[in-house]
Amino acid sequence: MNFSEVFKLSSLLCKFSPDGKYLASCVQYRLVVRDVNTLQILQLYTCLDQIQHIEWSADSLFILCAMYKRGLVQVWSLEQPEWHCKIDEGSAGLVASCWSPDGRHILNTTEFHLRITVWSLCTKSVSYIKYPKACLQGITFTRDGRYMALAERRDCKDYVSIFVCSDWQLLRHFDTDTQDLTGIEWAPNGCVLAVWDSCLEYKILLYSLDGRLLSAYSAYEWSLGIKCVAWSPSSQFLAVGSYDGKVRILNHVTWKMITEFGHPATINNPKIVVYKEAEKSPQLGLGCLSFPPPGAGAGPLPSSESKYEIASVPVSLQTLKPVTDRANPKIGIGMLAFSPDSYFLATRNDNIPNAVWVWDIQKLRLFAVLEQLSPVRTFQWDPQQPRLAICTGGSRLYLWSPAGCMSVQVPGEGDFAVLSLCWHLSGDSMALLSKDHVCLCFLETEASVSTACRQLGGHT
Amino acid sequence: MGDWMTVTDRGLSSESKTISQYTSEIKMSPSSLYSQQVLCSSIPLSKNVHSFFSAFCTEDNIEQSISYLDQELTTFGFPSLYEESKGKETKRELNIVAVLNCMNELLVLQRKNLLAQENVETQNLKLGSDMDHLQSCYSKLKEQLETSRREMIGLQERDRQLQCKNRNLHQLLKNEKDEVQKLQNIIASRATQYNHDMKRKEREYNKLKERLHQLVMNKKDKKIAMDILNYVGRADGKRGSWRTGKTEARNEDEMYKILLNDYEYRQKQILMENAELKKVLQQMKKEMISLLSPQKKKPRERVDDSTGTVISDVEEDAGELSRESMWDLSCETVREQLTNSIRKQWRILKSHVEKLDNQVSKVHLEGFNDEDVISRQDHEQETEKLELEIQQCKEMIKTQQQLLQQQLATACDDDTTSLLRDCYLLEEKERLKEEWSLFKEQKKNFERERRSFTEAAIRLGLERKAFEEERASWLKQQFLNMTTFDHQNSENVKLFSAFSGSSDRDNLIVHSRQPQKKPHNVSNGSPVCMSKLTKSLPASPSTSDFCQTRSCVSEHSSINVLNMTPEEIKPNQVGGECTNQKWSVASRPGSQEVF
Repeated sequence: MNFSEVFKLSSLLCKFSPDGKYLASCVQYRLVVRDVNTLQILQLYTCLDQIQHIEWSADSLFILCAMYKRGLVQVWSLEQPEWHCKIDEGSAGLVASCWSPDGRHILNTTEFHLRITVWSLCTKSVSYIKYPKACLQGITFTRDGRYMALAERRDCKDYVSIFVCSDWQLLRHFDTDTQDLTGIEWAPNGCVLAVWDSCLEYKILLYSLDGRLLSAYSAYEWSLGIKCVAWSPSSQFLAVGSYDGKVRILNHVTWKMITEFGHPATINNPKIVVYKEAEKSPQLGLGCLSFPPPGAGAGPLPSSESKYEIASVPVSLQTLKPVTDRANPKIGIGMLAFSPDSYFLATRNDNIPNAVWVWDIQKLRLFAVLEQLSPVRTFQWDPQQPRLAICTGGSRLYLWSPAGCMSVQVPGEGDFAVLSLCWHLSGDSMALLSKDHVCLCFLETEASVSTACRQLGGHT
Repeated sequence: MGDWMTVTDRGLSSESKTISQYTSEIKMSPSSLYSQQVLCSSIPLSKNVHSFFSAFCTEDNIEQSISYLDQELTTFGFPSLYEESKGKETKRELNIVAVLNCMNELLVLQRKNLLAQENVETQNLKLGSDMDHLQSCYSKLKEQLETSRREMIGLQERDRQLQCKNRNLHQLLKNEKDEVQKLQNIIASRATQYNHDMKRKEREYNKLKERLHQLVMNKKDKKIAMDILNYVGRADGKRGSWRTGKTEARNEDEMYKILLNDYEYRQKQILMENAELKKVLQQMKKEMISLLSPQKKKPRERVDDSTGTVISDVEEDAGELSRESMWDLSCETVREQLTNSIRKQWRILKSHVEKLDNQVSKVHLEGFNDEDVISRQDHEQETEKLELEIQQCKEMIKTQQQLLQQQLATACDDDTTSLLRDCYLLEEKERLKEEWSLFKEQKKNFERERRSFTEAAIRLGLERKAFEEERASWLKQQFLNMTTFDHQNSENVKLFSAFSGSSDRDNLIVHSRQPQKKPHNVSNGSPVCMSKLTKSLPASPSTSDFCQTRSCVSEHSSINVLNMTPEEIKPNQVGGECTNQKWSVASRPGSQEVF
């Protein structure tokens, strides 16, 4: 495993281009585009203000940089550096900006969710969509980019509009049976839309592309409901994480629950491997766990090394006592992610913040639990294989695969606190983001990594 | 006769108290009572004979005394003291031989009586201590009863309290449930109120938004603009098309196409799954047929015809189906056929398996029935023995191996090796012999043990029987004693009715005395008496009393007897109050009398 040198970064704004060739990162008001392989700066753009949001167009030709404070969006072209485009939302303000899947339209949401403006880069045309709903996840595009679903609110009722992205024609418009719609999400196959209600009510509705209600599911009443939702990449399963600390898996044939995964604080089943991160003094640590920085030999040795130990059951995990009289209590399933092959599901229960639970979807049972020393910030699956990268805001990167677990010290001067990470499309590298810096981590080829993992699995 | 009377009176006066303790009957006829008294007095009379003689005979009245004695003795059936007189007038001569004979007989009688008395006294003592013991037992049990009664009351009280508590808890639960219901209602009402408020707020918010929208959007905001260098081409390279009804229709078409594709894809998947399942089913069916057909011939004789026909039907079906390869058709009839045939096959298989199970169990049972029932202990012993044998065999093998190795290692010349081999063989033979003798000895020991065990079992049975009898007699005695105990204070001197009728000696005494007294009923032995007694009981004034005591006795005795060993029943100590009891009749614990 190799690490690049660190680059400056602000606001955690760093993204790989969808084609995987470039890496865009922001430093204050500058946008830097690098080649992923050589890490050389290809382009440097200067915006009018501090950039708050960047997004690659789907064809990797354009990047939009949003400056919400000034209500501005600037678009840059990679092919024509001199080309520029500036969209000013004026006094209406700007709270969100995103590309349409074709990469030629930009959707800007004005303040107070008054409307969504659709700017075209091909024609002068501007379209407006009124009554967008102010919610967590109000816009969703199908994976093929053909359709957009938009949550709307009119006359105290929730609606969903489905647009054809090619000409922004309204295809379907229907009201949903929700009290206060919070999120919508297309299934990866683009034929089913999941719509869920606010946390006050456990309700998830499934609509077909043509607006028919396929099914409605509610697990319980009178308690805080859904916290997060994720489709499996195969569109077969819909995982619903809720405030009761359970994940419920719905199937795509009957839309009924297949199973529910509880997240108890103690694990008694001896079949489940519990990896516990343990800190060791460097003398005791073995070479295979610490990865000395090959490029930067001058870097100081880490004060301590961490490694995974297989805890013997029963294991009791560290739990947080949630403050229940405040809004957004730290309970329930806050993060859910399916592996790209749909075989595994990674979850985090917010009142057991140090643990990541990996579930085997084929056998519908718990597969492994990783307990970190500090709360898990983010985890993300390798886009190519069942391999999970986890960061906890410390200077280490953690990787899990069915073969085993490992923790890697990020080299560099001082501590590189990994706050976020994102995988490269190929799964060969990932960007590790700290508050002020970004660093690329290159993983070895698949074979060598898997053998290393196996070795580690054997050692732990 | 006056003298006689005084004598009897004395005897009576000395004995009346003792007797009164042991007589049980109130309703005896006065005549029999009297005779009984007389009988009872006869023994002390004989005892005190010596002291009487000093006063009885003096120098003056030798003749009279002799004649009196003669008279007495003749009435008792002794030969006359006088020689047979030839004439009436002649004075009768005293026959010394007769006198001596009489005296001897009297002495023998006296000794016998003394012996009997001793026996009776010891028995009396035993019974007295028995009585004490039983009384103490009775009081103890009474105490126990009392304590248990108290405990029961306590427990009842506790039960009541717990029930009370339970009721309270139920009430609490109900209250809690009500509370929950109430809270749920409150939540619901709050939710509706919240929704209502939200709606109101939202309406206001919407109004404001609308106004804002008008303010911000309607005014031609110069700022809202896009500043772009030049428009770029579309990603697909096509020009944007106008929005028309056509495009709308096309969009719809496309949408449905996508949906259709999805459904087709899913259908295909389901079809594939179905096909696979069908394949599995077919394979299963085939295997079942192949599994069942060889056994078909055998069980057919036993199994009724219907199953046989089913099998043949199924086979025909299977042949048909496989021939026409109808599996690909998902036609309803085929499905039905398939499921039906599978079901039939399954039934046959199930019945077959059940039959096999039955057979297996039957075989097991038969196996058990063939041999005598082997007790578990024997079985374990056997296994242990076998294990031991295995161990020995293993050791032997080991030694043999060692020897072989040694042989190989030493590599001696042929003669010595053959010699050695012979040696080994001899050694082995000897060892075997030893083992054989050991085994025989073990077997013998085993046999002996078994015999002793059976003997012990027989003895135990006998002992138990004896014990039962003892218990019965003891019960009887207990019952009698209890009744006498109850009437101890009564003035009347009671007859003790229960003679041990089997004792010849006693009978003899009774018979010998009979002539002197009025005929009495006791002479027939105790069983008659007892039966009379029990018969006469219901009419007696003290019936209830008696019944009570009797029931009491039976209760307690039953408890005691169960808890007591025969040694306990035989009293060890002699109570002080029993020492001057002269006369009591009771069956000893060991006696064979049946009550």
